[in-house]
Amino acid sequence: MSANRPPHRLNPMSPDRGNWAESAVETSYDPAVDGVHDLGGLDGFGPVEHAAGEPMFDADWERRTLRMVLGSIHLVGGAGGRFRHSIERMDPGHYLSSPYYEHWLTGVTTLLVEAGVTTQQELDRRAGGHFPLSQPDRGVLPDDRTSRTTPRYAVGDVVRVRERHPPGHTRAPRYVQGKQGTIIRVDAAANIDDIQAHGGGEVADPLYSVRFTSRELWGEAGTDGDVVHVDLFERYLQEA
Amino acid sequence: MADHHHPQTLAPVEARIAAIEAVLVEKGILDVDAVDQVVQHFEDNLGPMNGAKVVARAWTDPQYKDRLLEDGTAAIAELGFGGPEGEYVVVLENTPEVHNLVVCTLCSCYPWPILGLPPKWYKAPAYRSRAVREPRKLLAEMGSAIPDDVEIRVWDSSAEARYLVLPMRPGGTEDLSEQELAGVVTRDSMIGVQRL
Repeated sequence: MSANRPPHRLNPMSPDRGNWAESAVETSYDPAVDGVHDLGGLDGFGPVEHAAGEPMFDADWERRTLRMVLGSIHLVGGAGGRFRHSIERMDPGHYLSSPYYEHWLTGVTTLLVEAGVTTQQELDRRAGGHFPLSQPDRGVLPDDRTSRTTPRYAVGDVVRVRERHPPGHTRAPRYVQGKQGTIIRVDAAANIDDIQAHGGGEVADPLYSVRFTSRELWGEAGTDGDVVHVDLFERYLQEA
Repeated sequence: MADHHHPQTLAPVEARIAAIEAVLVEKGILDVDAVDQVVQHFEDNLGPMNGAKVVARAWTDPQYKDRLLEDGTAAIAELGFGGPEGEYVVVLENTPEVHNLVVCTLCSCYPWPILGLPPKWYKAPAYRSRAVREPRKLLAEMGSAIPDDVEIRVWDSSAEARYLVLPMRPGGTEDLSEQELAGVVTRDSMIGVQRL
């Protein structure tokens, strides 16, 4: 928690979370270490509201948002971890109560403000009301930013996902951290998002598809025989 | 943003996109007409009709199917499909013993060139939270009960790979042409939430 901001009083899971916007006007909320975007395994969201087909956009503002993002994202680091984390930094109540393209609008506009393209005040003035932005970036770069391209693990190796719960961006979902799995595919090394997202540039890291049993992930709530695969960078893994 | 002087009223989302769009246009950053053509291209040319052609070819050409499972990206490029969010595609074959299901629990990763932009439910919390925890129950609720003796393999697209499910060819389609078969393939079957 940063010291110069008021304590949060917005609980995203509280029954009155519909008032997030009103609360967010007056308060700031530090995103939890494990962001609300990290949804795998959470309970209580109900049935999937499925439609066999649907228009690409529900409303014109969604199309305009995609257009705005495509036309400006090159200014703020492209469509990688930095963009994703700008969304993950949204107030959790705002994140859960807003449609997907509003996430893009909020995230990219936050990055544009941080890049000095515009200001909160100018946006509020032009919009004729409050324009909610994401919370500050709290990510910490690792000291070791050495690129690695030679994989340490091979197909069949048993690994355990490190329990890191970093304050910034990661592509290691919470539900596999600390869990044991088996390497089933070795991909080409790729730029690890955790570092790129926080300004550390392009650092390559070996990448794997790791298979977890349902029982390993969910214990008594799991099922026999079913498996979940997650694509994980080598920096997330340790020997089991 | 630690501001203490926000206006008290939340601006509607339409006013917010108008605000940032105007800033970018005035600063010469956003060329609305040029980017509009890109969005139009998405609307016209990206979608599950592309993935359906890939699946129909795999159903009718065993050598193509082998190449598709070996190197999805290259085999899909043979049919002219590729681009952003399709740089590395892994194809997952459904069999009588195995059913594959694709999700992105962290955001909305999806193979754009062959399936288009993801549908709303794919990006929403219910699907993202439940697909990795109770896929069997979820699939049954969505109308595709998976027999108990079929293993469910869930794939969380958490890094570079984008996944395409190769559904099983339904019975009774022996006389259909490749083009007709493409008409049988649905978006949902290529995500894995439907069995044909």
